[in-house]
Amino acid sequence: MHLLDPLAPDLPQVPTRDGFGKTVVELAEKDLNVVGLTADVAESVRMHWFAEKFPDRFFQCGVAEQNMAGVAAGLAYAGKMPFIAAYGVFSPGRNWDQIRVALCYGDANVKIEGSHTGLTVGPDGATHQALEDIAIMRVLPHMTVFAPCDAMEARKATIAAAKINGPVYIRCSRDKAPQFTTEKTPFEPGKAAMLKDGKDCAVVACGAMVHESLLAAAELEKNGVDAAVVNMHTLSDVDGKTLEEIARKTGRIITVEEHQIVGGLGSAVCEALSEKYPVPVKRIGMKMEFGESGTAKELLEKYGMNAKNIAKVCREMISAKR
Amino acid sequence: MKITLENERDLKLMANSIRSDIMEMLVEAKSGHSAGPLGLAEVYTELFFREMNYDPKNTHLEGRDRFVLSNGHVAPVLYATMSRAGFFPKSEIMGLRKLGSKLQGHPSKKWLPGIENSSGPLGQGLSIACGMALAGRLDKKTWRVYCAMSDGEHDEGATWESILFAAKYKLDNLVAIMDRNFIQIDGKTEDIMPLEPLGKKYEAFGWHVISVDGHDFGALRRALSDARGTKGKPTMIIANTVPGKGVSFMEHLYEWHGKPPSKEQAQAALLELANERAKIEARTDAKGNASGGGKEAAAHLDAGARKGAAAKKS
Repeated sequence: MHLLDPLAPDLPQVPTRDGFGKTVVELAEKDLNVVGLTADVAESVRMHWFAEKFPDRFFQCGVAEQNMAGVAAGLAYAGKMPFIAAYGVFSPGRNWDQIRVALCYGDANVKIEGSHTGLTVGPDGATHQALEDIAIMRVLPHMTVFAPCDAMEARKATIAAAKINGPVYIRCSRDKAPQFTTEKTPFEPGKAAMLKDGKDCAVVACGAMVHESLLAAAELEKNGVDAAVVNMHTLSDVDGKTLEEIARKTGRIITVEEHQIVGGLGSAVCEALSEKYPVPVKRIGMKMEFGESGTAKELLEKYGMNAKNIAKVCREMISAKR
Repeated sequence: MKITLENERDLKLMANSIRSDIMEMLVEAKSGHSAGPLGLAEVYTELFFREMNYDPKNTHLEGRDRFVLSNGHVAPVLYATMSRAGFFPKSEIMGLRKLGSKLQGHPSKKWLPGIENSSGPLGQGLSIACGMALAGRLDKKTWRVYCAMSDGEHDEGATWESILFAAKYKLDNLVAIMDRNFIQIDGKTEDIMPLEPLGKKYEAFGWHVISVDGHDFGALRRALSDARGTKGKPTMIIANTVPGKGVSFMEHLYEWHGKPPSKEQAQAALLELANERAKIEARTDAKGNASGGGKEAAAHLDAGARKGAAAKKS
C-alpha cells in the first residue's frame, strides 16, 4: 500500500473540499457536459475555481438547496453531468426529498459534494456540523456514498464519481487535514483499503478519522498491540468481504467516524458483519448528541474521536473478557 | 408519429374521450385522484395534440419538447392522454396503480417510456424543468420545456425557489402551466393557505403571466403561442379550470381531489360524458373549424384520429 508515513511532521495539510474542487475543474476541462452549481457558498465548498474558469457552465442557485438539486436533475436528464456543492447540513440535509426522488428514483447523473461535514467544522457549532449525512445518503437506493480520507482520495473519489452513471455523494471536510495517501494509493469504489495489517483488532474508519486511526495504531504498536487499519471510503455498499477477512483474523472491530454512531459507518459495518461473520464491534463517533463550538482538535478530544481515545477503546476491547 | 388535431371539434372530442378514460381507469384502480385530472383534459389535449413536438414511438427523440409534470397525482389525465397520443396501447390504461404496471400511482420515468421525470412530491417539477431549459440553452437547442403544475403546490417553499431561479436565468424556453382549480386535499386553496394574487406574484418575480380559461382551446392556443414569442423571461399560463369538469356531481368539490368514483358514480359520470360527446358530435364541422382555426377535416377520433405531421417547429 502506497502511503506516506502518517506520523511524518511535514505531511501536506489540505482539506478534502480542495481535492474535490480542483478535480471538478479538471473534469470540466475534458468533458463539456460537466456543469457546476452551488447555493451561495461557492468559495467555501471550493466551487469558485470552477465558477471562475467556466462561468457559462456555473449556476449560482442562491440559498436554495432544494431547487439546486431539482435543477441538477433536469440538467442531468438533458445529458449534463452536474456537480452540486454546498454544506452537508443543507445538501443533503435540506434537499433529501429532491435527492431521493429526482436523483435516485429518477437515476440522475448528479454528483453531490457535502462539504463541512463532521465535527471538524469546529467553531460554527452544532447546526453546521453534518453528523447524520452518511445515514440519510446510504439508505437511498442507487446512491453511491464516498467519504474520502484526505484530499488526494477526494480527488480520486471525484474522478470515480464522474465514471459512475448515477447519483454520488462525496463527503468532504472544511478543515485542513494531513494528506498521507499518494497518487499511487489504490482507490477502488466499494473495495475497502487495508492501510495497515494487524492481528489483535481492526480499526475501520472513514474520512478524517482514518488518519486518527493510523496514529492510534502507531501508538498501540508501542504497547505491543497489533491493530489493523481499514479505510472504508465507500459507505453505500460497505466491503463485506474485507470486513469478514479482518473479523476472522482479529476477532474484534472498532469503527471510527465523524458521524452519529447510528446510521453511519458503525451501523453499516455491524449490518455487514452480522450477516457474514459476527464479532464484537465498538463504535466510536457521536453518541447521538449534537456537537458544539470549539476547535476541531478540542472537539475530537471531547467527543472521543482522537487517536488517543481510539487507542484506549482498542486496548479496553482487547483486555475485556470474551 | 405525433397525432395532431387542428380543429376545435376534434380537440373537444379528444378531451371528452380522455375524461371517459380517466373515469374508467379510476373506478378500476379503486384509488387515485378524480377532480384534478378531469379538470385538465383540455390543457393536456392542447399540449399533446397541438402544441408539443414529440414522437410517441421514439421517446428519446433528441429534438423533442420536454413535458415535465410536477403534480404527479394527476397521473390519470397524463396516462389517458399519452395512450390516446400513441405512447402505449389503450388496453394498458386499466393497469393503473396495479402491480407491475407501467402506470404507477404517480408517474415514473423508470416504468413508462415518455415520462421525463418521476413525480409525486410537490414542488419539484419546476426545478427540474428549469434544469432542462438551462441544458437546452447551453446546447443551443430549439426544443422547449413545458411544466405542468398545480396551484396547491405553491404552498411549497421550493416552488418559489425555482420561480426565482427561472426568472434569474431568463428561461424563455420554459413555459409553466398552472392548474388553477382552487382546491387541494384538505379544502379550498384560499382557506388552506391563501395564494392570491397569484398572477401578480409571478409578475413581481419577473415572469410573463397569462391567465386563461383552461377549458377554452382557442385561449390555450393563443397563450402558448404568446409564450413561444416571449423573450427574456419565462411564461406562466394560469389555466383557470373547474375541478371535476364534465362530471356534474364532482365539479368544484375539493372532496373529489383525492378519491376515485364508485362503480355507480363512474357509470353516472360516463353517461354524462357520453351525452356531452353526442352534443359535440352534433355540432357542425364549420362551427368547430371556425373556433379551432384549422382547415383539417373533422375526423371522428375513435375511428382513428387524423395523423398530422409532427414536424411543427417551436
